[in-house]
Amino acid sequence: MDILRFITAGSVDDGKSTLIGRLLYDTNQIYLDQIEAIETSGRVNEDGNIDLSLLTDGLKAEREQGITIDVAYKYFNTPRRKFIIADAPGHIQYTRNMVTGASNSNLSIILVDARNGVQEQTRRHSIISSLLGIPHLVICINKMDLVGYDEAVYNQIVEDYKQFSKKLHSKDITFIPVSALKGDNIVTRSTEMDWYNGPNLLEHLEQVPVSSDFNLTCPRFPVQYVIRPHTHEHHDYRGYAGKVISGVYSKGDKVIVLPSGQTSTIKSVEMGGKELEEAFAPMSVVLQLEDDVDISRGDVIVRQEDNLDVSKEFEALVCWMNAKALRPGAKLLLRHNSTETRAIVREIQYKVDVNTLDNIEDVDQVQLNDICRVQIRTATPLLLDKYENNRANGGFILVDETSYTTVGAGMVASIVHESELNYMI
Amino acid sequence: MNKYYLDYLEQLEAEAIHIMREVAGQFQKPALLFSGGKDSITLVRLAEKAFRPGKFPFPLVHIDTGHNFPEAIQYRDELAERLGEKLIVRHVEDTIKKQNLSEPTGRYASRNGLQTYTLLETIEEFGFDACIGGARRDEEKARAKERIFSVRDEFGQWDPKRQRPELWNIYNGRITLGENVRAFPISNWTELDVWNYIKREEIELPNIYFTHERECLVRDGKLMATSDFIHRDPEEEIVTRNVRFRTVGDMTCTAAVESIAYDIDSVIAEIVDSKISERGATRIDDKLSETAMEDRKKGGYF
Repeated sequence: MDILRFITAGSVDDGKSTLIGRLLYDTNQIYLDQIEAIETSGRVNEDGNIDLSLLTDGLKAEREQGITIDVAYKYFNTPRRKFIIADAPGHIQYTRNMVTGASNSNLSIILVDARNGVQEQTRRHSIISSLLGIPHLVICINKMDLVGYDEAVYNQIVEDYKQFSKKLHSKDITFIPVSALKGDNIVTRSTEMDWYNGPNLLEHLEQVPVSSDFNLTCPRFPVQYVIRPHTHEHHDYRGYAGKVISGVYSKGDKVIVLPSGQTSTIKSVEMGGKELEEAFAPMSVVLQLEDDVDISRGDVIVRQEDNLDVSKEFEALVCWMNAKALRPGAKLLLRHNSTETRAIVREIQYKVDVNTLDNIEDVDQVQLNDICRVQIRTATPLLLDKYENNRANGGFILVDETSYTTVGAGMVASIVHESELNYMI
Repeated sequence: MNKYYLDYLEQLEAEAIHIMREVAGQFQKPALLFSGGKDSITLVRLAEKAFRPGKFPFPLVHIDTGHNFPEAIQYRDELAERLGEKLIVRHVEDTIKKQNLSEPTGRYASRNGLQTYTLLETIEEFGFDACIGGARRDEEKARAKERIFSVRDEFGQWDPKRQRPELWNIYNGRITLGENVRAFPISNWTELDVWNYIKREEIELPNIYFTHERECLVRDGKLMATSDFIHRDPEEEIVTRNVRFRTVGDMTCTAAVESIAYDIDSVIAEIVDSKISERGATRIDDKLSETAMEDRKKGGYF
């Protein structure tokens, strides 16, 4: 049994809440007292059935103001898998929420209303999923009951979507005709659509391969914390605690510590005081090295043979998440894995139209929910990967220097390495 | 099967350890809030995995309402002793005296709400800048929206509208003076995940989690353990039943469930079959209103 993390994007109008409610209800994750709470609050459908969308209802603060604040997380499991749903509101002004939910997801469920077909919102949700590197997309063509379960309607939407999706990075795209309200092809096979031979939604979610979504080829180990017990028994013990965010580490690996450049060999790989043969993503472990090197939080341990280099200059796609606009020259804090450094946004190159994936040039400021490509320089050198090559090491956040709130999410697009800079000088 | 495969519990464990180490790495003076319940017991095991052979980089802190189950208190003391870790206990009783608070009265009287005062007082006394807690997002809909690093103002208040977006596994623990952070390493675990982890790790629990014969009074269809702290209405019936506790909070607001589950396997089987949610089955404090948890969190509750 493993974990699938997925995001559902869309608004109540698309039937998103009903879809989630249906998944939870039909997999028996909804308890009687939760149903009772909805019934006693007096919000039941006209036909007397409980409204499944209310199972995902939000906070009092949201109901009072008629807004959806942020991403809500829901959980369910089947004997095959544990599922974590990031439920993000999908209105146009909520790009930031969708980016947040998408950052940790392996799969994105995109709802299309069968009556309306592919809309601007469909394209936007798909593009954001693709930009955030989500490998698997599921296009649920919903409300099939309202178009008479018509195969031709379904085929036309699939055709339209395929035309559009050629420009997406996500290559694993699955189409499923459903009715969340009636339960068709969600957890059980629809009896109304004999013409559809694929899996129902839950079957697909249970089967989609996710273990290969972890990057096992680029060893990256950012040190979070140094364990020094100073006890009689462990007098000289020095363990580097961190998470293997990608790749594999074994005892005996020749390693280099960046940015300092000190080299050593892995003496042991440990977890909870027990020695392991090797560690791989996404394990949290402790590494001990043969040599007494000076390592602290923020350093990264990588393989010597990979000849990696740090950099202070790079370009990135940034989703801006603050009401105060981003302008060229902005100074911010940048947090990348366990490193925090000061950063300056040197140039805003263009804005991405999230409805078309076109570039908008000549931008002098970036507003809340905009996605833009920028040039960044940092005060300390970072070991970066391009986001598309290694999601685990290509993402960073931008933090306001005075309020300390998170104001941007960045994905590294291209890197100018320190060694290249030296050549240029 | 792929050689490099982590099952769901191993993935959850790795994530929780990473979060704990981020707390240790980002804060000057963290603490682990320990209640003696299964979720905080799980946190302690995760802390062992994160920091051994070193010491924990934080003390265990218990806010004692004085209405706790004696079994949980005994467990707490033995655990701290066995681990050789520092335990700080602060009493709601003392806060009531010091701040001249009024003790809630009446049928649903509970010190649960007053815990917030003692918690904030303790945070101030020791200058804690981060408190690790065992809250899970599956418990309640207000929790479902809370971040893993949840920034609170100097009154401990949670403002759902001011939450920081939390991306990838990057946690922003930067705070201004007076603010502090509540960190929730097992946010993504469900009740069943916790039990399965306890089973896999062979963690010993206080015996009240398993079936035992107990005198209870019947209140609103729920079984409340009789004690000096609980005010009984004359019409409330007293019965003796085989019960266990699904959550362990205060004796005044935690109900027992009838059960014959005597070990972890039978508890797990019972939860899988259960038709009632964990808090719904056992918490009197959540039943008071539909938004009880949301309201308490805004007031600085855990």
